[in-house]
Amino acid sequence: MSQPDSDEIAPLARHDTEPVFDEPWQAQALGLAFSLADRGVFTPAQWSQMLGAKHREILGQGAPDTALSYYEAVVKALEELTCASGELAPDTLEERIQTWRRAYLNTPHGEPVELSAGRAEPQKAGPAG
Amino acid sequence: MSEHDHKSVGDIHHELHSHLPPDPALRVKAMESLLIEKGMLDPATVDAWVEAYSEKIGPKCGAAIVAKAWTDPEFKARLLENGTEAVKELDGAGWAVAHLRVIENTDDVHNLVVCTLCSCYPHAILGPPPNWYKMAAYRSRAVREPRAVLEEFGVHLPDKIDLRVWDSTSELRYLVLPQRPAGTDDWDEERLASIITRNSMIGTHRDLDPAAGSA
Repeated sequence: MSQPDSDEIAPLARHDTEPVFDEPWQAQALGLAFSLADRGVFTPAQWSQMLGAKHREILGQGAPDTALSYYEAVVKALEELTCASGELAPDTLEERIQTWRRAYLNTPHGEPVELSAGRAEPQKAGPAG
Repeated sequence: MSEHDHKSVGDIHHELHSHLPPDPALRVKAMESLLIEKGMLDPATVDAWVEAYSEKIGPKCGAAIVAKAWTDPEFKARLLENGTEAVKELDGAGWAVAHLRVIENTDDVHNLVVCTLCSCYPHAILGPPPNWYKMAAYRSRAVREPRAVLEEFGVHLPDKIDLRVWDSTSELRYLVLPQRPAGTDDWDEERLASIITRNSMIGTHRDLDPAAGSA
């Protein structure tokens, strides 16, 4: 990833000029959190508690202290709070994740990826060409 | 030997599937699509947030507030008294700031902002926080050894200066009002704003440099 491998001894300031969002999903995840908090699916206080807890959990499992592990915690906190609120069922969520995965695998590179493409079995990866 | 010769079947397979997003990206997409189908989420809301926070809202909003406080003593008094209300006076109203408290640096006091729990931050006036602000190392060290943290950012704070660390929450965010540098007496707000850095409003920068601004 974008992080140097000597984070533990490096000054914090070396992260000062990094882009805040390395990949679009990171901004998308925060946008989702703000939208759901705005809608009252969870409170800002619940959000910060859960985000802090998930980040500690991920770091406790040995993930490096980087922006990437922070955004992974954002995703986990979102999942836990939306499932706890009853808005999403964990099984439904896992199933949808797999459907999107298949949709990407089934869609030729460069074409728009539609969810419906994931409802078929993935095409076998053939040789190049 | 060319790079091409090194390409293994594995590399080719990887390239074929390189457009498969990483796991967290798929998880976000799955949540978003399900919530939209349930009517719990307007896709335009998320897109608007992403666009605003990726491109529009950034430290310039905070710098405009600081520059106004430097040039308008009455506004500064209102800002220090009630930051939440005072920032509504500026253009760009509609900023949802939650509760904002503005804390002033002086010759004798330096302020540093952290969120020890997660990453609470005045997004609406500074944009998304820098990566170091979200790291566990900053969140613990800003409290445990704030002077050492400042040193890493190039701020050598003499012992005689009182260092105050402010812990943000989801209900209360902080903005540091940095000191106006000497030699800027005849500058207008726009020129002043150009020398105000994001870090000076978090507290990891102290002495603003007039030479850094646009003439």
